[in-house]
Amino acid sequence: MTNSKTIVLVGGGHNGLVCATYLAKGLGPAGYTVQVLEAREQIGGAASTRCFGQDSCKGGFRVSAVAHVLHSLDPQIGRDLNLANAGLDRGPAIETISLGRNGDHLTLSATAVSGNGLSKVDIESYASFKNEFRSYAKALKPLMTNRPPRLKNMDRRDLITLTQLGWALRFGLGANSMLEFLRVGGINIYDVLNEQFDSERLKGAIAADAVIGHHMGPRTPTTVLTYLHRLQGELHSPQTLPPGGMGKVTEALAEAARIAGVHIRTGAKVTRILVRDGSVTGVALDSGERIDTELVVSNADAKTTFLKLVGTQDLDAMFAHRIRKTRTNGTVAKLHLGLKGLPEVNGMSVAQLGQRLLIAPDMGYVEHAFNHAKYGEFSEHPVLEITLPSITDASLTRDGYHVMSVVACFAPYALKTGWDQGREVFADRIVSLLGAYFPGIASQIVARELLTPVDIEAQYNITGGHWHHGELGIDQSFMMRPVHGAAQYDTPVDGLFLCGAAAHPGGGVTGVPGRLAAERILALSR
Amino acid sequence: MANNRGKKYDAIVIGAGHNGLTNAAFLAKAGLDVLVLEKNEYIGGATVSRELHEGWKYSNCSYVCSLFRPEIYQALDLGRHGLEVIPLQGSTTFMQNGDYFGSYHQPTVRRREIARHSKRDADAAIRFDADLMKWCRLIRGFLLRTPPDPASLKPRDAWEFAYLVKQFYGLSESQIYEFIRFFTMSIAEYLEEYFESDVILAHFSGGSIIGTGLGVYSPGTAYVLLHHAMGDVDGNIGSWGFSRGGMGAIAKSIAASFSSFGGEIRTAAEVRQIRVAGRRAVGVVLVSGEEIDASVIVSNLDAKRTFLGVMDPKDLPEDLLHRAENFKIRGSSGKVNIALDGLPNMTALPQGSPLTRGHMHFTDTLERLERGYDDWKDNRWSADPYVDALIPSQFDPTLAPPGKHMMSVFVQYCPYDVEGGWSDEKRDAFGATVIDQIAQYSPDFKSMILHTEVRTPLELENEVGLTEGNIFQGELTLDQLMFNRPFPGYAQYRGPVKNMYLCSSSTHPGGGVMGAPGANSAREILKDLRRLNTVPADFGDD
Repeated sequence: MTNSKTIVLVGGGHNGLVCATYLAKGLGPAGYTVQVLEAREQIGGAASTRCFGQDSCKGGFRVSAVAHVLHSLDPQIGRDLNLANAGLDRGPAIETISLGRNGDHLTLSATAVSGNGLSKVDIESYASFKNEFRSYAKALKPLMTNRPPRLKNMDRRDLITLTQLGWALRFGLGANSMLEFLRVGGINIYDVLNEQFDSERLKGAIAADAVIGHHMGPRTPTTVLTYLHRLQGELHSPQTLPPGGMGKVTEALAEAARIAGVHIRTGAKVTRILVRDGSVTGVALDSGERIDTELVVSNADAKTTFLKLVGTQDLDAMFAHRIRKTRTNGTVAKLHLGLKGLPEVNGMSVAQLGQRLLIAPDMGYVEHAFNHAKYGEFSEHPVLEITLPSITDASLTRDGYHVMSVVACFAPYALKTGWDQGREVFADRIVSLLGAYFPGIASQIVARELLTPVDIEAQYNITGGHWHHGELGIDQSFMMRPVHGAAQYDTPVDGLFLCGAAAHPGGGVTGVPGRLAAERILALSR
Repeated sequence: MANNRGKKYDAIVIGAGHNGLTNAAFLAKAGLDVLVLEKNEYIGGATVSRELHEGWKYSNCSYVCSLFRPEIYQALDLGRHGLEVIPLQGSTTFMQNGDYFGSYHQPTVRRREIARHSKRDADAAIRFDADLMKWCRLIRGFLLRTPPDPASLKPRDAWEFAYLVKQFYGLSESQIYEFIRFFTMSIAEYLEEYFESDVILAHFSGGSIIGTGLGVYSPGTAYVLLHHAMGDVDGNIGSWGFSRGGMGAIAKSIAASFSSFGGEIRTAAEVRQIRVAGRRAVGVVLVSGEEIDASVIVSNLDAKRTFLGVMDPKDLPEDLLHRAENFKIRGSSGKVNIALDGLPNMTALPQGSPLTRGHMHFTDTLERLERGYDDWKDNRWSADPYVDALIPSQFDPTLAPPGKHMMSVFVQYCPYDVEGGWSDEKRDAFGATVIDQIAQYSPDFKSMILHTEVRTPLELENEVGLTEGNIFQGELTLDQLMFNRPFPGYAQYRGPVKNMYLCSSSTHPGGGVMGAPGANSAREILKDLRRLNTVPADFGDD
C-alpha cells in the first residue's frame, strides 16, 4: 500500500484519538487520510473499561481499567471535536471523602471542607488555600495548555506563551502572590500544608492528592507542582465518574474520530517505525503488513517509541541515552473487587459511598507508604483511592452486586521480590486494610484482580506501567518532556511526532498532549 | 549601668562569625568606625577551633574549607594576616565487603581506580567532570552578586535580571535545559544518568546531603553537590583544604584584617535587642543592659534569630513575622571530635596509602544513604549514619601533640527534635553509633580514643547560636535560594527597617565558610551610605 498522504497514529489511547480527530479535520480537506493503529482489540489504552470475575462480561464485573476518575478532560477539546454529539457523558460529579476509622470522615470539595473535629481555622484556611492554589494553577495555564516554549531559538508562538506566562504570574497573580508562588512552586507539599493546617487528616488527604501516581512522598520537593498539575482539572470542571467506565469516554472520542473520517483499526500492532536517512518512511505491523507514510504520530511512551519502534541505530547516541535514562517506573497498582452486596462504612450514607474515598490518615502515613517504594518494596500500609462506581452505574454488574475500584500506592514496578511472588501478598494487604474501614468486606468479595505496574506494562503497552508515561519531576516536564530535543511534539526523526502522555503536559485523561501535537503538526504543514 | 551614649559607631555587626567579620572588615576598610559584638568569649561562631582536651585543638563545627571566596582572601589580605590553606588528598568510601573506592587527588590514578569498579563509569567520569565544571563556572559568577527581585520593576533589578539571562544565553539551548535539570534533580537520579557502580554513586552523592534536611533521592540535591564542589584551593576548583591551626584560623585572620583597618571587637557581649526608633535602627541593647548607638546595624544571626530573637515584633511587618516563623532551618547534622593516641589502621587500605589524608566515608550504597534520611524524618539519628571523617593532624602539627592525632567526624543525619528530647545518655548513644560505624573498618580505632566531644544539633544551637543547629543557617532548597533567601522581597540584604541589614548565611548565596553573604551585604551598605565600595567583584571565569 503506497500512499504518501496517509497519516499513521500508533496507539489508540485517548490522546491518539484526540490527535487523529484534529488531524482529520485539519488535513482531511487537503486529501490526507488518518489511520489509528491500536495493538489491542479494544481502543482506549489505559483509559478503557475492562471485565473481571468471569470469563465474559455478562456474569462478571466491569470497571475502568487504570484511570477511574475523570477530572481534567480539556473543555476546548470537547468544543472543538463536538464530543457531546459523539455521546460523551462525564457522569455525576463527585467529592473526595477522606475516611476516618471512627466515622470521623472529612469531605473535601473544590472550595470547602467539612467533617467532625475540624477546627474553624482549618475550615477557613482550606477555602483560602484552595483559592490561592487555584490562582497559581491558573497562572500556569499558559504553560499547561500550550506547546512548551523553547528557552532559546524561540519562534513567535514560544514568545507569546512566555509573555502570557510572565504576564499571568506578575499581573494575574500580583507581586505578592507571585513571590509566594516562586517560593512554594519548587518545594514539597509537606511544608506548605504544615504552614496552613492543623488537622492531620486534612493534610494527609491533600498530600495524597499531590503524590498519587508519582514516585514521590509528601516530603519530596516538587510535590507542590504535582499538586498544581492535578488542580489544572479543577479549574474548569469537577471530577466525575463516567457511566460505563472510562472506556465510554474513549468510545465517545473514537466516535468523534470516525465522524471526522479517521480509520480506526484494532488488533493492529505496530512493531517498527521505519526510518531512512533520518526520515520516517512507514510502519511495519506484526502481521507482516507495511504501511508507507511520511508522517507517523506515536501515542506510545517515549521509550517504546524511540528504543523499540524506531531503534537506536537511527538516533543520535546522546539522544538515545537521554531517552533510556528517563524515569518511567510506575508506582501504582490497581485492585478491582467484585462484591456481593454493598459494603458499609461507619457513619456513611450510600450516596457518600459513591464519592471518591481516600485512605490517607496523615502525612506521616503517606510518607511511610512511600519510603518502601524507594527500596523496591510495596507499602506496608498503602495509600488508597477508592471508588464504588456501581452505586451510580447499574450497567457495571448484576443486581445486588457491586464493583470496587482501588488505586493503591505505592507499588513499585521494580519490586525486589518480583511481582509473581508479591502480587497476592499485596492484594491481601490492601484487602485487610480495607477491612479496617469497611468491616466485613472480606466476606463480600467474589472476584478480585490486582493490576501491578508490570501488568499495566504488559497489557497496555506502557513502559514501566507508569500512568504518566514518565515521572512528572521538573527535569522531565515542560520543555524537557520527555527529553529536551523532543519536547515540542516533533522529534529528531523527520516526520515522527509524539502525542501521548510522554509529551507535555503529561498524563491524566486530559487529551491535551493529543491536541497540542495535532496543532504542532498542522502548524508545520502550513 | 554603663552607658556608651558618648560614642556612636558608624556600624555595629552582631555576631563574630566569619560572615560578620568579613562584613565588618569591608566596612572598616571603607573608613567606617565599626564595632563587632559577640556573645561568646571567643570569636568565630561556627568557624572556630578550641582546646577542649588538653593538647588537642578541635575545629568543633566547620572542619574543612574550600568555598571561601579567593576574591575576599585577596581583598582583605588574609595571607598576610596568617591564613594558610593546605590542600586535602582525595577521599575514600569504605565498602561493607572489605573493599574501598578511593577518589585520588591525582587524576590518572583516580581514573584507574574508578575503572577498577566499573570501566563504563571511568568513561562516564570524564563527561561528569566536564559537566560539573561547566555548572561550577556559571554559578561562581553569581556568588558575589546581589540577587534581583523578580517582582520589582526597578531598573536595577531589571538590569541584574538581564545580566543573569545573558549569562544563561552564553550556554547552548540544550545546556540551558541540562542546567535546569541539574538544579531540579535529586543527586541520586542525576548521578544515575552517568554511573552504574553502587559505591561510586554513593561516594559522589554524599556531598549533596551534608547539612541538608533532604535525602539523596530528594529533587534539588544535585545542586547542593555544586555547593560543595564550587570552591577552590589555590585555584583548583572543587578542591578542599584545611586551614593551618584549624578553622578558627580563618576567623582569626579576618579579625586581624578587620583590626588593621581600625575595627573593634567585643566578646561576651550578647545583644538582646536591636533598637528601632521612627522605623530606623538606631542601636542595640546588650543583655547586660548596656545600650550602644550606631548609624547602621548589621545582623549576622540567622533569619529566625534576627527577626524573632533580637527584634521587637511591633517593629516588623506582619508578613515578615509569618515568613520568619515558617523559615526552614532544620538541624540535620552532628559532629564528633576525637583525640586519638595514634593513627588508626584502616584494614581495607594498603600500608601508607595517601587516602587516610583525605575524607573517609563508610556508606557504600544509595539505599543506605536514603535509609539514613528516613530515620531522620522520623526524628531518630541514622542507625547507619553517613560520616565524613578526617584526620587533619597529619598535615597540621599544631592540632595534636607529636605522634597523636585529632579526628573530625561530621555526621549526617542527626535530628534536632529527637524522639522524647535529647539527654546526655542519648547524646552518648549517638556518639557511640558513629564510633561503631568507623570501628567496623578499623579494628584498633576504639582502643586509640583518648577523648571525644559529641555535638548534636542542640549543642550547635546552644553554643554557636545556629537555630536548630542548621549549619547553613537555613535549608538550601529552591524556596530559600537566590531571590528567595531568606524570604521573597528581603533578599537584597536590607532589613524591614531603615539602616538595618543582614549579612549571615541566611542570605544569598547561603552557608558554608564562603564569606560571600558578608561581602555582598557590605557592598549594599556602602552603596546606601554613598561610600566607596571596598568589596571586590568576582574574578569571573578563570
